[in-house]
Amino acid sequence: MPQATFRIWTGAGDDAVFKDFATDVSEGMVVLDAIHQIQAESAPTLACRWNCKAGKCGSCSAEVNGKPRLMCMTRLDTLDLSVPVTVEPMKSFPHVRDLVTDVSWNFRVKKSIKPFKPRKPDAPDGTWRMQQADVDRVQEFRKCIECFLCQDVCHVLRDHHKHPEFAGPRHFVYTAALEMHPLDTEDRLSHMKNEGGIGYCNITKCCTKVCPEHITITDNAIIPLKERVVDEYYDPLTRLFKVFTGK
Amino acid sequence: MSDYQTHEHDVLVIGAGGAGLRAAIEAASVKGLSVGLVCKSLLGKAHTVMAEGGMAAAMAHVDDRDNWMVHFADTMRGGQYLNNPVMAELHAKEAPDRVRELEAWGALFDRTRDGRILQRNFGGHRYPRLAHVGDRTGLEMIRTLQDHGIHQGIEVYMEHTVTTLLKDGDRVVGAFGYDRERGRFRVFKAKAVVLATGGIGRAFKITSNSWEYTGDGHALAYDAGADLIDMEFVQFHPTGMVWPPSVRGILVTEGVRGEGGRLVNKDGKRFMFDDVPDLYKNQVAKDAEEGWRYVTGDKNANRPPELLTRDHVARCINREVKAGRGSPHGGVYLDIAWIKEKLPNAQEHIKKKLPSMYHQFKELAGVDITTTPMEVGPTTHYVMGGVRVDGVTQMSTVPGLFAAGECAGGLHGANRLGGNSLSDLLVFGKRAGEHAAKWAQAQKPSNINAAQVELAAKQALAPFERSGENPYQVQLTLQDMMQDKVGIVRTENDMAAALDGLAALKKRAAAVSIDGNREYNPGWHTCLDLPNLLCVSEAVARCALDRRESRGGHFREDYPDKSKDFAGHNTVIRKAPDGSMKLLREPIVPLTDEQKKVIDANK
Repeated sequence: MPQATFRIWTGAGDDAVFKDFATDVSEGMVVLDAIHQIQAESAPTLACRWNCKAGKCGSCSAEVNGKPRLMCMTRLDTLDLSVPVTVEPMKSFPHVRDLVTDVSWNFRVKKSIKPFKPRKPDAPDGTWRMQQADVDRVQEFRKCIECFLCQDVCHVLRDHHKHPEFAGPRHFVYTAALEMHPLDTEDRLSHMKNEGGIGYCNITKCCTKVCPEHITITDNAIIPLKERVVDEYYDPLTRLFKVFTGK
Repeated sequence: MSDYQTHEHDVLVIGAGGAGLRAAIEAASVKGLSVGLVCKSLLGKAHTVMAEGGMAAAMAHVDDRDNWMVHFADTMRGGQYLNNPVMAELHAKEAPDRVRELEAWGALFDRTRDGRILQRNFGGHRYPRLAHVGDRTGLEMIRTLQDHGIHQGIEVYMEHTVTTLLKDGDRVVGAFGYDRERGRFRVFKAKAVVLATGGIGRAFKITSNSWEYTGDGHALAYDAGADLIDMEFVQFHPTGMVWPPSVRGILVTEGVRGEGGRLVNKDGKRFMFDDVPDLYKNQVAKDAEEGWRYVTGDKNANRPPELLTRDHVARCINREVKAGRGSPHGGVYLDIAWIKEKLPNAQEHIKKKLPSMYHQFKELAGVDITTTPMEVGPTTHYVMGGVRVDGVTQMSTVPGLFAAGECAGGLHGANRLGGNSLSDLLVFGKRAGEHAAKWAQAQKPSNINAAQVELAAKQALAPFERSGENPYQVQLTLQDMMQDKVGIVRTENDMAAALDGLAALKKRAAAVSIDGNREYNPGWHTCLDLPNLLCVSEAVARCALDRRESRGGHFREDYPDKSKDFAGHNTVIRKAPDGSMKLLREPIVPLTDEQKKVIDANK
């Protein structure tokens, strides 16, 4: 059976280093299989987060050969195995150990966004009516599996560390899903502009490229939100109108 | 003295999938009640996320003949009448409200033309009944509960694992566990504890279940003295991926068959028409044409045989493979691409209705399901058995301990219908939360027994102090053995051998060791999961050995037929005072006259 070498970021804090592990490769294997094999064979304490191994839970996010990927959906036959495959933790979040990072910041940001608030029910039995065409767009956003790869690749977080003032692509998608929900009545625009820092996004579309669910994050979620922020806060005619009417 | 932090709540929920989240939300709706929610993984990653097809609720949006009575009768028939009818009735009656409640919390289901929640066909359900979102309904459900739940004042403990329940006399008064990141010990003091830990699939080699499914709730309850029920009934889902090897077991949703997918063997024969069980004779299509009319919404047509119950379909697939009529990698073919003969825009239709399946096969197997049949075979999917609970309150046989969702038993009897799991989570998650809250409010303060905590801490740290083998090897051996000997086809000899094997594995598990430290150490966690896996494996094997008949998910090659002698009791497992596993046969919960009438009217 052919072998491949995996150059894995191991350890914690200042002592973390790349370490090489060789393991057998068989047909159809994905990177997460290789990690599990290495755990069982030679490194039982090797830390990695995973749950479903089917691309549905978004737990096993990492950087494979420098690219943000789900390890469970990255087939080895798409990689050059003649050289070591590097596997590293995500870079936008504090490192815990080996391939695991502390992603709790994402959960705190989400909590700061105002929750869903539906309009009054349409029908006497307390239910609503919505057409499929009206929910299609939001269903796209709701495919998100919260793998946070979009947060990992976003340079505002990754390179500029704007975590305290920038919610990141995942939470723009989350906000867009709420704002475009046919039943929702809440207004999250000022939050997007101020606490969410959506103005920092300069639409490089890296988030869209890495999304394993193929959500068109930039075009369908972020840009419409940006346009609404601009309309509301920066449109010169509206401002003039506000000056004269005092509204 | 071990070092640990103590957290105090009125209600502690262990497990944060659909049932756990719903229970926590319900308990937190009681003013002034403090609720803690322990997740083994990050919030929103629990196994519920993988559910695909939908949640069953007789809302009658697509076929107005549907109502709770038909759903109740379908559930009982599917469970071969070993179900707890109290639960089956509550489930059928309350599921529609639970689905509508999700919509009020932001869930966006697929729609009918008149703008209501769309429902789809599924195996064993007489009418289109499953509210769904494409083939990612579980994700929609868990995300809705999560996004709603985080604003209800619930204290969430992410990546925490409970290893022991703590008792004060007969009562459960808390739990002991560790956090994954630092390996620090935690004591949770609580007036009521709800188990919502899911299933046991990781005891088998080929499974659709995620790593968390190590039977924790089953084992915690058993060790605390609670009864387990129906553990012989494990559901092997008929369609899991079989190739390539690394994806073996990953689920292929029943929704594929609900949309018209047909099962064929290597000779191109649609074999499901050959074997239709008596219980379903007058509910199955005469030919392929009628089957197609059924899946496209003709109310006068009967279902194609691919939409029979999972236990039956899995056995038919198994039979084809054993008879040498399988696909090259030991499965059969599931073909949805054929519908292009019927639909002009079939490729787009498939991608729209089954987007996850399309991507899953494209990315993991290199197969385009809009043009090529999939190779599929049975995979361990679900355990019908679980903690024996009161049908109304979900309290176990131990005071203060509740269970809901997959880790509870009773609703599904010998076989669960697809779609009845997500609705189970919501209906009984809510009930468990409600009654746990009531119970908690009525309790006087309790004491945490320091000796119990010390013992739990000592047991948890033992693998660091030993120098035995690597826990992964024990786990792999166990999975191979359970798959081989207590899997889809069972015999007396195999299971007796499995029990011997389990005794040997217990000794090995008691000696496993791990090095490194307590911070995010998966080897250590595997050491601590092993006793749970062994406990549930033994329960399954013992119950399966005792039931000398074939019924639902339990198939005995040496007793291939249903037997009257086994129709009247459930198998119960209890921990004997000497620590051994005791098996009892307990009479089933009888049907009321009303329920009998409902079943007869829907035959």
